[in-house]
Amino acid sequence: MALSGVEIFKLLPKTNCKKCGHPTCLAFAMKLAQRQATLDSCPDVSEEAKKILGEASAPPIRPITLGTGDKAVKMGEETVLFRHEKKFVNPCAFAVEVKDTMPEGDIARVADDVLSSEMDRVGQKLRIDAIFVNNASGDAGTFEAAVKAITAKAPSVALILGTSNPAAAEAALKIVGDKKPILYGADASNADAMAGLAKSYKVTLGVTAKGLDALTDLTEKVKGLGVEDMVIDSGARAAKEIIEHNTFIRRGAIKKNIKSVGYPVITFAQRDDKMLELLMGVLGVTKYSSIVVMGSVEKWKSLALFALRQNIYTDPQVPMQVEQKIYKLGEPKPESPLLITTNFSLTYFIVSGEAENSKVPCRLAVMDCEGLSVLTGWAAGKFTASKIAQFIQESGVEKEISHKELIIPGYVAILSGAIEEKLPGWKVTVGPREANGLPAFLKSRAS
Amino acid sequence: MAFAAPKETYSGKVYEVAFGTENAVKFGGENVLPFHSFEGNVPNRPVIAYEIQDIVPDDWPETVKKVYEGVSGDPVKWAQYCQNELKAKAIALRLVGTHPDRGNRSPEDATKTVKDVLAAINIPLIILGSNHVEKDSAVLVAVSEAAKGKNCIIGKAQEANYKTIAAAAMANNHKLIAMSELDINLSKQLNILLTQMGFDKEKLITDPMCSALGYGIEYTYSVMERIRLAALTQNDVTMQPPMLGDVGMYVWKVKETMAPESDLPQWGPVKERGIAWETTTAGALLIAGAELLIMRHPDAVKAVEKFIDELM
Repeated sequence: MALSGVEIFKLLPKTNCKKCGHPTCLAFAMKLAQRQATLDSCPDVSEEAKKILGEASAPPIRPITLGTGDKAVKMGEETVLFRHEKKFVNPCAFAVEVKDTMPEGDIARVADDVLSSEMDRVGQKLRIDAIFVNNASGDAGTFEAAVKAITAKAPSVALILGTSNPAAAEAALKIVGDKKPILYGADASNADAMAGLAKSYKVTLGVTAKGLDALTDLTEKVKGLGVEDMVIDSGARAAKEIIEHNTFIRRGAIKKNIKSVGYPVITFAQRDDKMLELLMGVLGVTKYSSIVVMGSVEKWKSLALFALRQNIYTDPQVPMQVEQKIYKLGEPKPESPLLITTNFSLTYFIVSGEAENSKVPCRLAVMDCEGLSVLTGWAAGKFTASKIAQFIQESGVEKEISHKELIIPGYVAILSGAIEEKLPGWKVTVGPREANGLPAFLKSRAS
Repeated sequence: MAFAAPKETYSGKVYEVAFGTENAVKFGGENVLPFHSFEGNVPNRPVIAYEIQDIVPDDWPETVKKVYEGVSGDPVKWAQYCQNELKAKAIALRLVGTHPDRGNRSPEDATKTVKDVLAAINIPLIILGSNHVEKDSAVLVAVSEAAKGKNCIIGKAQEANYKTIAAAAMANNHKLIAMSELDINLSKQLNILLTQMGFDKEKLITDPMCSALGYGIEYTYSVMERIRLAALTQNDVTMQPPMLGDVGMYVWKVKETMAPESDLPQWGPVKERGIAWETTTAGALLIAGAELLIMRHPDAVKAVEKFIDELM
């Protein structure tokens, strides 16, 4: 169980030496309890205290890394059930399945799909993170050939090796064992051999069982065999079962500190109907899967899932922001209108979307207001006449345009006089209060 | 060793709301978080209503406009198409044409449209204004009266116009959508104001305001989760009406649903992408707690219905 600050305090040296950077041992203990400090800041802590505190302070869901290099994916370490409580920590990984029974050309094509899946969204590079190689043939040689074919084509892509045959597992690990793959497929029947391989190749072991009782037995057995790094599969395949098992696993790990389920979850979402497969991905992203395995890569499906994962895993306490600059919507000419708004990402998306819908090319000046919307930015003194004037002058937009008219949001109509004072020669026009008034507003001006 | 499943028990329950007459549908009624039938009762599946409108949907993107090409010039034909061909369980008629910027049709015009549509279908109807607070007051009062006895859902009442709209819904025995802007406290306050004027809280539907995937869905998602947690764990009766996700309108105007593949090859084909955008938005809001969805594309509706089949 997680220890309280006072319980932790009892285990500390109580010297108030300040070497940890906190004024007292009690203050340090409180920070430890809130997971805002780590024990290694204390140079004098006893070995015994270290052991007790180490066990108690281990994250309720074990951190696991899949793959190597800059595309490695971290998972686990989650601390809450609902995203409004605290940011979800490690975005789930998306994997696509390749069966070793597929013709070599098809395998290469999927590897290509994964390589070309990368896209940029709101400044983040997003991609299909891994390939799940399924030893559907059951044969070690066929599996080895498939793994070879994939690594030849896509050496940087992380692999999940899906097999229940220890001989096939070993053949694959000989090729990619040093690239931090996950060896998936340990069950009650092969646990000893698979755990042995995971240990000798130092890889994470994916364990699979039918139901949560069998799963906890299995993780305890595997842990007893000396393997700490696991990802878990409760056998849930239908949506109803996935939401039940994933909820129990997350709750058990976080609220009850049940160590035997404190591992990242792998979810199999393959469906023939690709819209339904997308929805299974939605379930995985929102309801606690750390790896979602899909049957295929479609660009439209990846885009929707990447966007959802990004949205669900944003920090609810920090507003998403866009870069301060003059955005061109359509192909504006020197005489096209110039609008201004704040850099809260939602404000930007909605304003730019509605302005684009008007089909009237324009320039949108997006001003850094620390991610606040127009009204809150104004109320907080960040979207003020002098700051707007300064931004417009420093942006250099005057050189691009043939007029001196600035359209401001209707909600800050009160600023129009003050801006005109600070920006000599400029005319300030009050636009609509809501972005949805922009198409009518811009169209009527253009006609 | 057996795994002791950490089940939760909740003190509250979501109100069950039924609407329509001969083929009435019910939603809400659960005493657990969405699809948590493993620890309580989930008596009804979420309901999806097909969105139609009173004027030609010129501003809808091609993918979804095309589906209704032959019928969208006439709300009666459009409604019948949804009922008979698409097997809709409910229809949401949006009176966009009453908006001062979109044709400014009169309350009398709107009344005629509503009566004609009601006469042509035998499934439940949601009647929505144009989201213009002053105009909606006049239009929704008139159509509430015209639809008397049909047990419709009327919407949307907002802070600025709830009194007249709620009074009309109450007098004509309809259900009512109460919408506030992405804030659990505003949502709670509006529900309180409505019940204080005598509106039955069991006839309300909360709309915490939808937002599309990629365009703020996380705000709607978390407000919905918080409303549902308040309803269930704190037994807060003001938060217990079922929730609406007005998905189609928010989705089918974002760039991802209309930018051609030739401009953005890495995004894939525009048709599937648009449908995926509506499907994903709807799916995520179901998981967050929506029991009533308003959607546009039949393929998105079909996918979400399959998803609900798997979840129930």
